[in-house]
Parts: sequence; C-alpha cells; structure tokens
Amino acid sequence: MRVFTAIIAITVGILVLLGYFLPQAAIFQVILLDWAIILAGAAALIGILNLINVHADKVRRRAKDSMYSAILILGLFITFIFALFLKPQNVYVQAFVLKGIIIPVEASLMALLAVSLLYAAVRLMRRRADLMSIVFIVVAALLFLGSATLPFGDVPIFGTLVRPWVSQVLALGGARGILIGVALGTLTTGLRVLFGVDRPYGGK
Amino acid sequence: MTALAILIVAAFLLFVITLWKRRSPAHLREIPAFTKLAHTLGLSIEDGKRLHVSLGHGSLLDARGGSAFAGLALLRNIAERTSVSDMPSVASAGDPALGLLTQDTLQAGYQAAGVEDAYVHTMGRVTGLTPFSYAAGAMQIPQNENVSTNIVIGHLGPEAGLITDAAERNNINLIGSSDNLTGQSILFANTQDPLIGEELFAAGAYLNSDPAHAASLTVQDIFRWAIILILLAGAAMKFVGAI
Repeated sequence: MRVFTAIIAITVGILVLLGYFLPQAAIFQVILLDWAIILAGAAALIGILNLINVHADKVRRRAKDSMYSAILILGLFITFIFALFLKPQNVYVQAFVLKGIIIPVEASLMALLAVSLLYAAVRLMRRRADLMSIVFIVVAALLFLGSATLPFGDVPIFGTLVRPWVSQVLALGGARGILIGVALGTLTTGLRVLFGVDRPYGGK
Repeated sequence: MTALAILIVAAFLLFVITLWKRRSPAHLREIPAFTKLAHTLGLSIEDGKRLHVSLGHGSLLDARGGSAFAGLALLRNIAERTSVSDMPSVASAGDPALGLLTQDTLQAGYQAAGVEDAYVHTMGRVTGLTPFSYAAGAMQIPQNENVSTNIVIGHLGPEAGLITDAAERNNINLIGSSDNLTGQSILFANTQDPLIGEELFAAGAYLNSDPAHAASLTVQDIFRWAIILILLAGAAMKFVGAI
C-alpha cells in the first residue's frame, strides 16, 4: 500500500512539474491541480472537525482553560447556523461575524503583538548578548528614528540618508540573500519529496 | 527553459551526491539550535514533558509548501524519537491540508518506532485557519500541556510573536525558523539560538542520518556558490562596461 501511494504521489508530482515546461503535459497539470483544490476544500472540513474534536475533548476532560474551548465550539456553531440560514454573503452575517468579531479580534492581537515585540527587543540583550544582537537593536533604533513623524518633518540625516540607505541597500541585500537561501532550500526539499525520499503522505 | 535546466542539474546533483554521501558520511558544521534540539529530544523523555512543533500555515499548493515539507521532515524524526515518551509530542498546523499531513507524518513516526497503537490522532491539530487564529490556538498548547520545548518551523509571519511570547512566559525552550522575512526577524529576536534562512531546511540533515538530506545541503551550497560567482561576474562586467 505504501509503495502504491508513493508511486501515485511521485507520478502526480512529475506530471504537474512537466506541465510548467511541456504544453502537452499542461492538460494533466490543470486537471490534477483542480483535484488538489477540491481535496484542499475537503481537508478544510476535516480540519474544522479536528478542531472541534480537540476542543470538545478538552471540555469533556475539564482541562485547564477549557472554558475557552467551550466558547470556541459555541461560536463555531452559532456562526455556522447564522451562515446556513442567512447565507455567508448576507450583510448582517458579515457585519456581525466579520466586522464585529473577526476583524476587531485580529486587530487587537496585532496590537498585542506590537507590545510583545517591543518587550522581546528589550529582552534580546539579556538573552543573547552578542555582536549580532547589538547590530539588530542598533539598526532597529536607527530605522525607528528615521521613520519618526515629527511636527517639523523627518529627522535630519536619519530620515533622509541613514534610513533609506539601511533599508534599501543593507536590509534589501540581506533579505535577498535570505530569500535565495530559502528558494534553494525549497528546491531541494521539493526534489526530495518528488523522489520519494521524504514521504509526508505516510510510511517509509 | 532556464528553470528546467536548473531543475535537471539540481536533480542530477542530488542523485549523484546522495550516492557519494552513502559511502562517506557528511561532516556538518555545528548549528547551536540543532545541537540544542538533539539534546532536548532526550531530555524531554526523561523529564516527562512533551515537545510542541508549530508548523505554521504554509499552503501546500504554492511556494510556501517548501518550508511546510521541511517542518514535516523534522516532525517525522521527532515523532519517531519521542513516541515512547509518556508525554508524546504534539504538532499544530494552520492549514487544513498541512494538518492532515501532520497527522499522517506523526502516525508514520509511530509506525517506524513500532508503537502505532500509542498514536492518537489529536496529537496533530489544526488550531485555526487564518494566521492569527492559528497563533491564538497554537499559543494555548505550551501554556496548558506540559511542554518543555516549542519548535516553530514553517511559514509564519508576525503572528509567530504571539507563540514565542506564550513560550517565553511559561519558561519554555524555543527553537524557531520561518521562510517569511517578518517571521524570521521576530524569531531572531525571540529565540536563544536562531536559525537563519536556509538553515530551516537543514533540520532533516542534522537530526537524520539519511544521506539524501545531507546531499541536499551540498546541492544548496553548490548553487549558492554559482549564484555568488554569477553576481560577482555581472558586477565586474557592469563595472568594465561590458554589459
């Protein structure tokens, strides 16, 4: 069975890859990617069932913070019933669920993140007092100084010279270097999966 | 056609170098985060605590799938090594398809360790379907489930800060890497031993003796040197006015 699944996965992978280079294989690529999108949709349903299962189990065991799990399950069912009867595109559903709950909650998480990141930068020197940490903090301070909005405009030199040079030369170069490394890593990881060396679809 | 040529050369090099690595095992430079991870794997079993692997929300249908597959390779190894523990490792994903593969990978690790009966499907979880809902769900695991180490590996953006903050507040070891630049910088500031860029993809080679993983690192190095030489040659040609 495992050999069979590996053969299917490798064949499908090669056909999709060839679709990018050979027009004759493009038709198979389109069909297979359509199937993948349908399967991804089905996986979303399974993912939600998994979420309910994990949190229902926490409520059943009365685990720590199980109250939040109960709220999550309740919220999920209320949203489901709302959307089922009123349809997801209904303005009231959108106003209540999307604009009333999801967007404000995610915005407050973002705000929370800003505070926790500031705290992380302060803790960095205590956690790892090396040259790279000092460079990290100095660069962050320079960029903040250069981006500061003051009544008289940009801070001289920092806003007009230092910040553009750091962000568009040093940081951009570093970012490109990291992205090239990530692209090479993605290439070799993809080839390992294609050759069946890594089999995230089960078995060895 | 350039992309096809790169792909064929990479595949050929990977195949040849894998054969070569089978005869002479690779000598890898020390990466403190992986040394710490190998140490932590043993300690977590002795301490009776579990590991939490946060795989991010990388979709398998686009380029972000690479980091997700790298995370799954690491998870497979961790699952196999910690399956005998009283507190087995748990993994969280923010993409449904990745969640399914997470469960399958954990089960494969348990099968390989010969303890398939100990596998419980809730060890692999989908904690949310948007980046922040995923982080909100994943940050509950280190808080409530007796976790000793949180491994954050995959596609994570700024929301990684919430997971690292939860780990920090509970005095949990943190090892992390992301293929996203924002996530990368947040993990750099929040972890004791950061993993930068392509080091994310080296996890399999450092924890696994499989020659294909070591060979893929060598292929990456060959391509990196080729890119450096091309960039330098381009700069030199531009300097002398040849292009």
